[in-house]
Amino acid sequence: MVTKLVILAVIILGVIAIAQMMRVYELSSKLRKTGEHEISNRDNRLNAKMMLGFMFVLFGGFIWLMLKYGWVGRGSAASVHGHDLDWLLNVNFVIIIAVFFLTNFLLFFYAYKYVKRPGVKAYYFPHDNRLEMAWTVVPAVVLAVIIIFGLREWNQATDEAAPEAIRVELFSKQFAWVARYSGMDNKLGKFDYKLTQEAETPNELALMTTETIDLAIEEMENGVTGMKALEAELNNQEIMISPEERSKKTTDLRRKESLIRLLYQMKKRHVTTLDALAYDDIIQKDTLYLCKNKEYEFNFRSKDVIHSAYFPHFRAQMNTVPGLTTRFKFTPDKSTAEMRVERNDENFEYILMCNKICGGSHYKMKMFVVVLEEEDYNAWMEPKMNGVKDLDGNWTVKPSTFHVALHPELYENKKVEEVEVEVADSIPAE
Amino acid sequence: MAAVAHEAHGHHDDHGHHEESFVSKYIFSQDHKMIGKQFLLTAVFMGVVAMLLSILFRIQLAWPGESSDFLSFFLGEKWAPGGVLSEDMYLGLVTIHGTIMVFFLLTGGLSGTFSNLLIPLQVGARDMASGFLNMLSYWFFFISSVLMFCSLFIETGPAMAGWTIYPPLSALPQAVQGSGLGMTLWLASMTVFIASSLIGSLNYIVTILNLRTKGMAMTRMPLTIWAFFVTAILGVLSFPVLLSAALLLMMDRLAGTSFYLSDIIVSGEMLTNHGGSPILYQHLFWFLGHPEVYIVLLPALGLSSEVIATNSRKPIFGYRAMIGSIMAIGFLSFIVWAHHMFVTGMNPFLGSVFVFTTLLIAIPSAVKVFNYLTTLWKGSIVFTPAMLFAIGLVSTFITGGVTGIILADAALDISIHDTYFVVAHFHVVMGLSAVFGMFAGVYHWFPKMYGRVMNTRLGYAHFWITIIGAYGVFFPMHFVGLAGAPRRYYDYTVYGEFDSGSLEQMMDLNVIITVFAMIAATGQLLFLFNFFYSIFRGPVSPQNPWNSTTLEWTTPVEHVHGNWPGELPTVHRWPYDYSKPGSDVDFIPQDVPLAEGEEEH
Repeated sequence: MVTKLVILAVIILGVIAIAQMMRVYELSSKLRKTGEHEISNRDNRLNAKMMLGFMFVLFGGFIWLMLKYGWVGRGSAASVHGHDLDWLLNVNFVIIIAVFFLTNFLLFFYAYKYVKRPGVKAYYFPHDNRLEMAWTVVPAVVLAVIIIFGLREWNQATDEAAPEAIRVELFSKQFAWVARYSGMDNKLGKFDYKLTQEAETPNELALMTTETIDLAIEEMENGVTGMKALEAELNNQEIMISPEERSKKTTDLRRKESLIRLLYQMKKRHVTTLDALAYDDIIQKDTLYLCKNKEYEFNFRSKDVIHSAYFPHFRAQMNTVPGLTTRFKFTPDKSTAEMRVERNDENFEYILMCNKICGGSHYKMKMFVVVLEEEDYNAWMEPKMNGVKDLDGNWTVKPSTFHVALHPELYENKKVEEVEVEVADSIPAE
Repeated sequence: MAAVAHEAHGHHDDHGHHEESFVSKYIFSQDHKMIGKQFLLTAVFMGVVAMLLSILFRIQLAWPGESSDFLSFFLGEKWAPGGVLSEDMYLGLVTIHGTIMVFFLLTGGLSGTFSNLLIPLQVGARDMASGFLNMLSYWFFFISSVLMFCSLFIETGPAMAGWTIYPPLSALPQAVQGSGLGMTLWLASMTVFIASSLIGSLNYIVTILNLRTKGMAMTRMPLTIWAFFVTAILGVLSFPVLLSAALLLMMDRLAGTSFYLSDIIVSGEMLTNHGGSPILYQHLFWFLGHPEVYIVLLPALGLSSEVIATNSRKPIFGYRAMIGSIMAIGFLSFIVWAHHMFVTGMNPFLGSVFVFTTLLIAIPSAVKVFNYLTTLWKGSIVFTPAMLFAIGLVSTFITGGVTGIILADAALDISIHDTYFVVAHFHVVMGLSAVFGMFAGVYHWFPKMYGRVMNTRLGYAHFWITIIGAYGVFFPMHFVGLAGAPRRYYDYTVYGEFDSGSLEQMMDLNVIITVFAMIAATGQLLFLFNFFYSIFRGPVSPQNPWNSTTLEWTTPVEHVHGNWPGELPTVHRWPYDYSKPGSDVDFIPQDVPLAEGEEEH
């Protein structure tokens, strides 16, 4: 409270001081008999010098920032197209920094040089077609070069990925990323948002298989917050429900009534051969592992609002849009270990951040990315796809595929061959 | 329309000398000069609010998580528990700061103030084509300002989806609390604002086309009027599209439609909306959003053209090229909007078309810059505070403009889209340029508004503090962006988990930025003091304090209804006869007939 009073007092005294200074200044200018609108030669020259001085400060500040911070935070690119983009960025920077220096120099220098001098009249120079033509054509030519280079890179960066590119889906939600590898077949399973289950259940990503459709129907009809439970609650005259709660539950019930129809239609239309696409998919949280020098084709999805998958070090970014699948491809070409050496920072990690405002914890939404050499990558990926077996053929580590998540009981304490038979039985033939 | 105009004139002639009541003179005034001042005062208030909001969130960015008395003083326990800004309110502050600055200060304040003040005075009209619509335009603006301001004080907080309010975030109260009542107020406020802007713009266009005085051909209009004219056309063509975007969003929120929503599960609720596209909203928004940049910028460029010519004592170089550039910028501004959407999932081919059109817009912009430079060349420069700000505008227009070349390049935009580089770019090119243009306008035309002159020394101090502060804020911000920092992050210490090098750089720069922001904000107190002090106590201005050629300086200092006491002046020449060879004085007002044997420029 005391500090607030002191601050207020200082502000008030400051205003009074300025007012008094203005009074003095006004009285003295009255004595000099010049109007406030007439600028004295002294003031003109002072401001002219300030213009020149400011130019030096501006340029000095810029050069200092450029030298100290220019490329430090950005670091070198870690993807194939990233190197090309950085080259292009540098070319563009050379051009614009040249323009920045030249035009700002002319501006402040003219302001300094052509300040009013008693007896010198301004030069009447209303137009000059040749000059005007020159500074229309020169920027046009420079821009043409920029456009041509830029579009070439843009087309390459956004072009389709090669057929053998590894397909990975990145699923975004408030406020986390989940990755889904396409598994052995390198094809991502189908999905529909209506199949989404709670976060800790197997089908958080709403993959579409025969079982998950049944599961979703069951959940919606008979689950804890299913239609039956809701109806019972709303019709139970012995419990008290506040009007807001009632209207909320009624809305919920109405939504579920329309969704369940769509689920039954989906069940009717579902082709069981699609199941296999999803079964071998591998869902991965917290950290995304990538293989060096392999091309990746990412598909992006969003559960709730727009997010943006932003990989600053790979110079890659794409928004994730609810109701739409977006895509981006890139090829990482520096492993995390190599980048740690290059940046001289042994705790450095690649990162996937959210770069589109998505709610209060937007800034915390991220996923670590680790790029491994091919050998290490395979060593990580192999058990995920096929599990680890001991000499007897028993699994010591179960695979991490979607099928295992759906049917964990199938894989308990069994020999590989038995499970393989059961799995083969459970997977409808293509 | 001519009949209406005639009627308006008749009205002035009949009642011009009657004593007006306080209410009809100062509140529900239909006089364009008073309405201009009302716009200015409202915008100054909103600008101060928006600036304060930016200081609040800058404190959090520079010293994240540290308790601040300043924050708790303004935000209280609810939004700054223990003096630390809450995550949600951070987004709210950012959103309302952007909205107020773009729409209320730089659109309402700049175009509203100076179009109203200058159009009738500079084209030689007694008032706007419709004084009543003009009054309505201000009061709509006032109501929308009140709504936006009030939204800061409601329980669930103001809109929190960023000033671009992209759905689904802005459509779903479950996603962020500001998307409840706060967003409803935002949409209501903007709807009223758009109505205000439309009425105002139509009035400006009609006045410029129909009410020019005798001899005031389109090619003899000052560049200010050309800028206001093109601005008004842009507003009329693009603001209705924003209205449609807002209405569809309103329906998605209230009526259960699915224009922008599809396949969404938010906080455990599975919504039934299907088939809508959030990208549709972005197209609609940026179809206004990009012309909006020029709605903000063109008036500032127009004002500074006038100020620079007057104070260089030289004709503006390439008058016709300047008009051509204004029109080219106006036209191109409609076909560049999707450069805001390169990485939204839009078809990349569409992106490449927009790269082309966007980079084209650099050509007329470059022409304008070179013409300003040539106007200064061999001039006889008088450094009034207005002139300083006009030169500042040219500098920021260059500095912010060149970084636009990088952002317009879709390939480069991939890695810097939505980073602080973008924030720095548009603050310099649009924010600073427009604010500098506005200050130049206020200092230059203050004598026309209040019959007094603002204090010059305070004006100098204000300019130098502002430009140093402004560059001090936004130069370092480019480097934060190049390091990859996403915008609208509440706390950059998250970088500590994966990249300590970047973290250090960002924290260093963020402190520098915040300190300069505080200096610049404090500097504005000089302006506020000077402004209000000079309204009441400033030295009385002569009729033509800056020895300017345009018609507004032929009106008496004391405001009269109908602007000119007798007949309207007749225009004989273009507005830039400064230092014309063969003339004794260094300026010849537009209403002076050509001398014997004198050629028009």
